[in-house]
Order: sequence, then C-alpha cells, then structure tokens
Amino acid sequence: MPVVQIEKAALCQCLNRKDFTDEEVDELCFEFGLELDEVTSEREMLAKEQGDAKAAQMGDQLSDAVIYKIEVPANRYDLLCVEGLSRALMVFQSLAQPPLYKAVQPAAGMQQMRVAPSTAQIRPYVVCAMLRNLSFTPASYKSFIDLQDKLHQTICRQRSLVAIGTHDFDTLTGPFLYEALPPSDIVFKPLNQTKEFSAVELMQLYSGESHLKAYLPIIRDSPVYPVIKDANGVVLSMPPIINGDHSRITLNTKNVFIEATATDAHKASVVLDTLVCAFSQYCSEQFTVEAVQVNYPDGRASIYPSLAYRQVDIQVDYLRKGVGRSDSQLTIDEICHRLTRMCLVAKATSDATVSVTVPPTRHDVLHPCDVLEDLAIAIGYNNLEMSLPPTLCTGKQQPLNSLTDKLRLEVAFAGFTECLTFALCSEKDISERLRLPLDSLPAVRIANPKTLEFQVARTSLLPGILKTVHSNRSLPLPLKLFEIQDVVYKSSDSSGSAVNSRQLAAVYYGKSSGFELIHGLMDRIMQVLGVPVDQYKLSATELATYFTGRCANVLYKGSPVGTIGVLHPETLAQFDLTLPASAFVFDVEKFL
Amino acid sequence: MEDLRSNILAYIHKHETCSSTELCKEMNVEHQKIVGALNSILAFGEIISAQPEVTSRLELTDEGRQVADHGSHEAVLFASVPAGDGAPQSELMKSVPNAKIGFSKALANRWIRLDKSAPGGPRVYRQVESVSDRIRHCLQMVAALSLDSLTAEERAELKKRKLVQEGRVTVYRVAKGPAFTLTLAKEETELTAEMLATGVWQTLTFKAYNFKALGQQPDCGHLHPLLKVRAEFRQIFLEMGFQEMPTNRYVESSFWNFDALFQPQQHPARDAHDTFFLTEPAACRLDAEQADGYLARVKAVHSNGGYGSIGYNYDWKESEAQKNILRTHTTAVSARMLYQLAQQPQFQPTKYFSIDRVFRNESLDATHLAEFHQIEGLVADYNLNLCHLMGIIREFFHKLGIRRLRFKPAYNPYTEPSMEIFSYHEGLGKWVEIGNSGVFRPEMLLPMGLPESVSVIAWGLSLERPTMIKYGINNIRDLIGPKVDLKMICDS
Repeated sequence: MPVVQIEKAALCQCLNRKDFTDEEVDELCFEFGLELDEVTSEREMLAKEQGDAKAAQMGDQLSDAVIYKIEVPANRYDLLCVEGLSRALMVFQSLAQPPLYKAVQPAAGMQQMRVAPSTAQIRPYVVCAMLRNLSFTPASYKSFIDLQDKLHQTICRQRSLVAIGTHDFDTLTGPFLYEALPPSDIVFKPLNQTKEFSAVELMQLYSGESHLKAYLPIIRDSPVYPVIKDANGVVLSMPPIINGDHSRITLNTKNVFIEATATDAHKASVVLDTLVCAFSQYCSEQFTVEAVQVNYPDGRASIYPSLAYRQVDIQVDYLRKGVGRSDSQLTIDEICHRLTRMCLVAKATSDATVSVTVPPTRHDVLHPCDVLEDLAIAIGYNNLEMSLPPTLCTGKQQPLNSLTDKLRLEVAFAGFTECLTFALCSEKDISERLRLPLDSLPAVRIANPKTLEFQVARTSLLPGILKTVHSNRSLPLPLKLFEIQDVVYKSSDSSGSAVNSRQLAAVYYGKSSGFELIHGLMDRIMQVLGVPVDQYKLSATELATYFTGRCANVLYKGSPVGTIGVLHPETLAQFDLTLPASAFVFDVEKFL
Repeated sequence: MEDLRSNILAYIHKHETCSSTELCKEMNVEHQKIVGALNSILAFGEIISAQPEVTSRLELTDEGRQVADHGSHEAVLFASVPAGDGAPQSELMKSVPNAKIGFSKALANRWIRLDKSAPGGPRVYRQVESVSDRIRHCLQMVAALSLDSLTAEERAELKKRKLVQEGRVTVYRVAKGPAFTLTLAKEETELTAEMLATGVWQTLTFKAYNFKALGQQPDCGHLHPLLKVRAEFRQIFLEMGFQEMPTNRYVESSFWNFDALFQPQQHPARDAHDTFFLTEPAACRLDAEQADGYLARVKAVHSNGGYGSIGYNYDWKESEAQKNILRTHTTAVSARMLYQLAQQPQFQPTKYFSIDRVFRNESLDATHLAEFHQIEGLVADYNLNLCHLMGIIREFFHKLGIRRLRFKPAYNPYTEPSMEIFSYHEGLGKWVEIGNSGVFRPEMLLPMGLPESVSVIAWGLSLERPTMIKYGINNIRDLIGPKVDLKMICDS
C-alpha cells in the first residue's frame, strides 16, 4: 500500500486539534481505513537510512518536526498527497464541506492540443488541464512533485499506462501539438541538462540512470517516440521518459500546464482529475481548473479535465440492510449526513431512495456497494451490531483430505516423522538428482522465477525429504521421515492445464538400508487402507532412482500405484548422503 | 560404605541416640561420608530417624582440603629437599607446588636454610632431620569436626592462611526408628519375571527410584506442527458446519484467479513481480467458461460495467485471462465453487472453507516465503451483511481463544465492504492484524448467475502466522522447508 508523509503540525492545524496525541491520530486513521505506519521526523528518517552519524552531521539542515507516515488504500488515489488526505479527514470530521470542483472555459478561448495520427503507433491518448494563478510554497511544491511520482508508481503502472508532464505555461505558446517522430528527429534540452540531445542520445544517456532507466523499455523499440511541442516547436516533453528543461516548473510558477499521455484514455482522465482536484486549492480561484481542448485526427474534440460528478440513486433499504440497521435506527437524514462526511454528497429523493453524488476525486466508487462501505465507515465498523448468519449447513470434509489426515496419523504412529517441504524446486532436484532425464517428466515450468529454487513445480516428494535428511544427518540414526503432499503434473491433453496428485513418500536412512522397515510400513498402510492381501503386491522393476535389483513397482489390483526400493548410491550422493536409505512413493488418490 | 553403615547401626544400637559429628569422631571419617551413609540407611525405611540441626562450623576451603590430603605447603617443600646435599633453590621453586608459600613458611619454622653463595646458585638444605606437620593435623581435625582440640591461635592461623572458613553445617541427631535392625538387606533394582514366579519379591527390598531423573524417550513418530495447527482449524470449520472445498489445484488460470474476482487486468498483483507465470503450460483454454456465456459476462463487467456498476473502462483481453499461473490465493477455488453453486437449479445457502497452499513471487524474508498456506471461510446466503461477517469472524476466533477483536476498513479488489481483522496481542501490548475479510463484490457474483439477493461473506488468514506465534518461531524457514530441524518437529 502507498504511504503518504504528513507533518503532525499540518495535520493538527487542518483538523483544528492542537493537542492531538499520536494515539488519537492512530485511532482516527484506523476508523477511516488508513494505517498510521510510523511516527518519525526528517532526522530520524535519514538516521535510519544513512546512520546516526550522517544525521548528526547534517545538524540544523534537518528538521525534528514530527512526521506521520500513513498508509492509504491502494484504490484511493485522492489520498496520495497531503492535500487530498487532510481534506478527506477534515470532511470526515465535519470540519469542512466537500469542495465543488469546476472546469471552466476561459472567455478568450481554450488552449488547444492537437493530436497527430502518428501517436496511434505508440501512445494514442493525451489529456490536458491548466491551473491558473497558483501560488506554491516550498511544501506544496514538493507535494505536487511527490503526487506525480506516486501516481506514476500506482495507477500509471510505472508510466506505462499514463505519464504526467507539468509545465510553466508562461514559458510556452499555444496551440500545442502531440505527435510521434523518429527518435533522431527529436532534439531538445531535457530537464536538468545543460545541452541539447537527440532522443537516440537520450536513451543512451538514461540507460545508466537508476531512476529513469526503468521507463526506457516502454518506447525503446518503437520506430517513433511520442513528443509534445508548443506553437514555436519548443519541446515540452518526450513522454513517458522526460520533460524539456525550457518549460520546467519552479516555486515561482504561476500558471501550470498539465499534460498526461496514455495508452489507456480512462486512466489518463482519472489521473488528471486526481492531480487537479488536489492542487486547485492553491489557485486564486479555489477548486477551479481551466479546461483545455484536445483535438483528435478523426475530428473528434474532447475537453479536459472531465471533473465529472456522477449521480447514483440507491435504495435506502439496500443501505440499511447492508449495515444491519432498521428504519428507526438509521434515518434517511442520518444516511445523507454520514455519506457527506465521506465526500459523497447525498440527498433523499423519496422515502425509499437517496441520490448520491460521486465527485471526481472518488473514481474508486464503481457500484452502490462502494457507497455502502463508506456508510459503514462513517457509522464506524466497530459500532455495528454483530450477529451470526442464520445459515444452517452440515460440515463436510473433502474425502481426499480426510484420507490424507488418516494416513498421516497412521504413518506417525508407525514411528515416522512428518516433514513439510516446498512445492517448488529446481529442475535439477526432480531430474538429475533423482537420476531421471528432465524431458521425461511432465513438469510444470515457471516463467519468471527469482531464483533457481522456483524453476518447476515438484513432480516427486523425494527431493524435499532427502534434503531434509541432509540437513538433519547429525541427529541420532536412523532417520525415519515421511510427507503427504501434492505434486503437480502437466496434463497430457491439449487443455493447457495441470493437475495435482496427492502422494505419500517415506524414507528410512541409517547404517543399513532398512528396506524391510520401509516394506513393513507399506504393508501396514495397505492394511490400514483395507486392501486385501491378494490385491496388493510388489513386482521387481528397474528405475534409475533406485539401486539395481532393489526396486519394485507397487501394484494395486494389478496396476502400478507407486515405487519402493533401496535408493541408488548415486541418488544418495546427489544429496550428499553417505549412508544407505530406502524409500517408497505412492499415489494416495488411487485409494479413495 | 556397607561397613560404615553397619558400624553406625551398631553404634546406635548401643547408644540409642547420637549426633552425626559424634559418629564422625567415632568412625574417624569425614562428616560428609557419615551423612551419605545415614541417607542411604534412611532409604531402607524407618530403620533410623535423623533430625537435621543447622550449626555454624569451621570447614575446609579447597586449598585446606588439599593440605589435609597431601600435607602443608611447607611440609611438602621440606620433603622435597634431599637430606644432606640439599637442592638448588631455583629447581625447588619450579618443581614443588605452592613452593613460594612453602619456602617462606619452612624458612620461618627453621626447617630449612638457604645458602646464597653456594656454587651454581642459591641452595637449600634441611636444618632439621624430620618435621611434624601440625597444620595438616589441625585441618584433619577440622574435617573430622573434632574442634575442641584446636587452640584459638591455631584457628586464627588456619583462617588467616585461608585454609578454613566459617560455614554452615547440618548436623543430624540420629535415633532408632520403629523398624530398627542391624542388618540391611541387599537392594534389588528391578522387579523380574522370576521374582514373580517364585514369589521371592515378598521378602526382597527394592532400591528407591530417583523420580527426579528423566525417563527414556519413546521411539515415536511426529506430526509437523504447521499441519497440526491446520488440523485444529479444520476442526473449527467442521464444528461450525462448513464444507471443505477441493483446493488440490496449484496451477490456475488468470481467469479464475483474477478476472472472475473482478480484479482488473492491469492490477499490480497481476504483475510478474508478484505472481508466478508459467511457460509450460503457458495458457489454458476457457472453453467451458465460454460455452455458457460466463466469459462474455465477465468481459462485459470489466470493460463496460453492468449489474449497477460502471466497470473499469478498459479493453479486457481473453488472452490475458488464459495465462496460467500458480494460484496466488485459494479464492480462485472459491470462485469456481460459487460459480458451480450458481449453476444449480435452486440456490442453496452454503458455507465453504479451505486451507491450502498459495504462491507469491515476492521477495523472501524472515516471515515471507514464496509459498504459504491460506485459510479461507465463506458463507453464501440471502441478505448477508457486514454484521453477519463480523459475527461469524468473532465466533471463529473465539474458538481459537482470541476474544478482543476490532475491524478496520480496508481495500481488496474483490470485496466491498472490506475489513481487516485485528486482535489485541497481550504479549506485544498492541493490536495486530490477523486476517482480512469482506463481502464479495456484485461484479463478481452476478455474472456467475447467483441471485441478486444472495451475498457472500468471506474471510481469510495465513496458517503460518498463528503457528509461528503458537510455537514461538521467529523465522519461517525454521518451520517449513528442507532446512527445518527435526528436533523442532519432535518437540512441538
């Protein structure tokens, strides 16, 4: 979950509570669905990252003011900055009304962004907006940059879906053009550089830059790269990589031009709404945003930001049932009042329905159930009256799991100890180490393992048990281990699926092979399973995992269900084991 | 030992009562040995009685005990000097233990003399023919507790030389017991078959058992602690009337793991950083899901909404849904079960549970592995709400002995409302998250064909966390995997 930092003093001020204790903040967060992750300060954070010495050396440059780190839910983009978070809490505490956000079209005409057909090849959408007569403070400026970064990391999916560029409009001249050009045709001075580079050079330059290099693959192999220019050909940005230096915003920027390019038009609009809603409070005309017209090659024109307010009519009965309260316990007025505290302005349209206005900050509201949740939060989850569901059912086990538990007990009664090993392992574990060719195994292979230990799903329980033996070979002998778990086989048909198979494996490891004990355990299991003597037998065979002449198939009603034998000395050597061992493996599901 | 015991018994027979120090003097053995013999007689039953009395006494220090056994340092040194020719001082200092003290004391006693000008360095000669080792004698008297014969000066000197110290000694007053006898029978250790057969057990005495010693470990097998806790959870669900779901299916399609749960295709959980994708089998066919239009309904609700929802507004791709993964939660199976439930002609209220393995391609640390076990319970019935969800969670955790619960609003892609479950941890003195829960979204349930008035409430938690808390395990690798110490399994 994303984390937002907010100074305690700022939070106390906007919530009008000078004496707020950390416990009270924690409580408020909990109630609202946030999590107070850490109470810290600039100095403590640096000390944690770079050590106390470094923090001490910085002296007065670091502040000791208390900072709260607050985790916000992953779908609440509106809470990703101090501005949005504190406004939501103010409204929640009934200290403010939900603001009314407006997009206005200036009398002199809107700024225009023309989209060239070439963008369709790489990044087809762009949305724009203008924040007029804005005054930044160092804190709000930092927050503005920070929010863009947080949006890039979350809803924008590391800029692949949406990339935001913000510009000092007073350095630019409209109308603007969004096009896609061959990399060598794009030449400009990028942010924080002193000279011009071509896009080709930039890709080279940034390939060694830790922050930017992650975004390069989004466009690198495309024949054309996206670029935004003003009327004079000044490059605003080369999304999703870097902005131009010419139009960079500073603390003194008054008019901010925002563009967001995207592969997903809806998300671009959500991102733009989120950004302008949070920062329009710093404009001379609060909560008001200047609209920009985007002209598509097909003649279609769209006006952004959309800042759409959506009306949802909801049955009061649905809301009351959802929180388990009757008419008298929860009046319509109370419903409206509580929803308004969640920034969802609601009014009764009849005795039976409320009309809820979903603001452009709340793109997380998709369905009336989202409104229901907000109502429950405003009432307080922990104020709801708990009751047991009236649902009457009888308990029932899965036959396979019930059989598994029965077998686990019986094998443990017989003196064997249960291990629990991983379902994922290396290719070598199931093939080479068991002396089997890899291509003979119906193994499920993992596409993106972080280490060799997660290359395949296991096709045998033996490697896990033998590794456990190896880690415990210093314990008094003999070691008698077993495991009943699932292995996975790729299905042989064309369905593209795979199946689990419940297996029981047991290993005896000691000074002698102990085959008679492993055999005895197998006899005992067959007895417990109620298999008549004439339906179960061992028939000699040769398998590479086992020692020559010391290996048999376990036959049940004439067909093989498992294998048993003395392990091959080379199998033992593969697991660094120096003493003999016997083992069996069989398919439990055959006995259901 | 046996002689000492019969001597003691004979002495008591004669004198009726005596003290352990008296026995010491009489038998000429150390007090400790007398006490040992008395204890051993006491073990035979009420032959004698012994009342302890604590008194303050002189006792030997370690050095004192050494002197009592081998002689005073000065006497030892004297003995090392050959009569007549004497010996070089340097050699004596090297070869004789405690030579420095012994030398100065022997010199002061005028037992030896030192010729500093002897050829080849200073040489030591005997000055008397023989010596009487008074110090050793005194210490032996202290050991035998016959202190009356020590003079005050002797006591002072022994103390000054740190050969004795004041200590507390328990002296026993011994008397005949009701079963007094002069002969102690030989003690038997085991009751044998032969004794039973011949009846001889009736006349034998048996050696007392030391009940403080540990018994011999039985040769038994053990169940894995995590799976023992799994059995406890299964039991709780079964008691509450829940039916187990068939979760033996590690490989799942993205469709059932994500899409069916209304988890959008660009959701970060569907990223390669979080989820294991497969190369073999890379993708599956969704023929059955397609056949009855379910796939199309899921596509529609993602792309354009429906069922009262505005949807996610994006281009839903079947190819993305076909991608095989290792399931990231058992909720994939819950979705399949709910879908099956919706296909029945008449909806039946149902309670389901499962406890099984899930997989995450996360970075590993002391509490996270790439695979872990998820516990999940769900109830599908008409008109269920948050109050029922909280009620059943309370019931579930009460059965585990967890009573203080509270609920925090949370976000899960497929439940709304959603709640994290916190319990108050007495040991840590704070609220800790113990599970997650919610009401499944209509965008998940209605495309399956469940009636609109049916709600499904569900909660989940990991099996590892409660097990680690229960057994006090801090690193998850000490609980699961091949590097686990089997002793942990046996001791848990």
